[in-house]
Amino acid sequence: MRWVVANWDQVVSLALNHVLLSVLPILLSLVLSIPLGWWAHRRRTARRVLLSGSGILYALPSLPLFVILPVLIGTQILDPLNVVVALTLYGVALMVRSCTEAFDAVDAGVRDSATAIGHSPGQRFRVVDLPLAGPPMLAGLRVVSASTLSLVSVGALIGVPSLGYFFTDGYTRSFLTEIIVGIVGTVVLALLFDALLVLAGRLLMPWVRATDTRREDR
Amino acid sequence: MRFLLSALAWILDPAHWAGPTGIGARLGEHLLYSLLALVLATVIALPLGLWIGHTGRGRAIAIGTSGALRALPSLGLLTFLAVALGVGINGALLPSTIVLAVLAAPPILAGAYAGVEGIDRDVVDGARATGFSERQIVTAVEMPLAAPMVLGGIRSATLQVIATATIAAYLGLGGLGRFILDGLPVRDYSQMLAGAVLVTVLALAIDGLLLLLQRSLVTAGVRAATGVET
Repeated sequence: MRWVVANWDQVVSLALNHVLLSVLPILLSLVLSIPLGWWAHRRRTARRVLLSGSGILYALPSLPLFVILPVLIGTQILDPLNVVVALTLYGVALMVRSCTEAFDAVDAGVRDSATAIGHSPGQRFRVVDLPLAGPPMLAGLRVVSASTLSLVSVGALIGVPSLGYFFTDGYTRSFLTEIIVGIVGTVVLALLFDALLVLAGRLLMPWVRATDTRREDR
Repeated sequence: MRFLLSALAWILDPAHWAGPTGIGARLGEHLLYSLLALVLATVIALPLGLWIGHTGRGRAIAIGTSGALRALPSLGLLTFLAVALGVGINGALLPSTIVLAVLAAPPILAGAYAGVEGIDRDVVDGARATGFSERQIVTAVEMPLAAPMVLGGIRSATLQVIATATIAAYLGLGGLGRFILDGLPVRDYSQMLAGAVLVTVLALAIDGLLLLLQRSLVTAGVRAATGVET
């Protein structure tokens, strides 16, 4: 505890960096995956390409990806942008599947009734498909958030500052406290992000709790 | 492109393949670390997952624990265990195996219980009515029917383990991560990139093999009834 107090400024600045590196990939993966997921939901070929492509993307190991990216997109190797782009790719890889399955799960009857009462395809997407696909998408985004926050720390190996710095520095100095602070910090951030996502879900989708009267009937 | 070509040239150079620090040896170490962790994780998570699927008990705890484990940073756990266990480079295999097994357990567990839960209740009840004991239901009904899903879980665990086994090199162990971490301080991009390419190709190759195995595990009856699923 005393170590945390003594190094409070460093803890805060690394945590802040950690958050900054995580927020963009999480948001981007949602924004990019909704149209991609809709596309995969509508077109068989798009589905095959996108879902197997995202599977392969997820197979790329993170540390090597951080190293490959500068070569592919022409950034400097220590540029934090590499980490942001790499994590966005992982996020999209996870999220496209969630979004596709979320759209798949929308009841066809509901969709037909929306068309029957005169919704245009655009309106139907906005007021029927998207809201109904929202809850499973949120579940997917929570997974993306947790894995992103955990992966950011790997960037410490190539010198991109985050709470992961405490792992490498603590290891070199055989100093357990420092490593624990890094782990606890990462987990706390993950829980915080998760709580924010759940809260945002409740604000944006208030009907979920109001109508969720399903009972287990197995 | 230039870098990718130089990485390929690095991989194809026969001088980089031989000896205890060559690509061949590193590939073998990488597979060994991954296999150790996967065996450990399977031994623990598979029976547990089958039990949860069969009894329907402990599902919420399993999901919660898996979620919490996902938020745990692998690099943090690795360095923590290495320092806490006080093992030097010689004993570094222990923390690295534990970390990789922790990573592998949740997907294996999820594959197992989701596979069993996904079985039509009538099938299980039918077996029970025919006089199958609970043990027989698990081994002769649930396990064969859940096998593709179980292997699906093992597959995604394998993918993650092979990808993450690169960080074992951070503790001074071998494996393909060596090329990345050794190239980093001296800015040898060809070597780093070669390591990255090798890990990715290895992960995808093993994944392809497991996918073939997974498809072959769909029982003949299920295949006839539903057509082969992707």
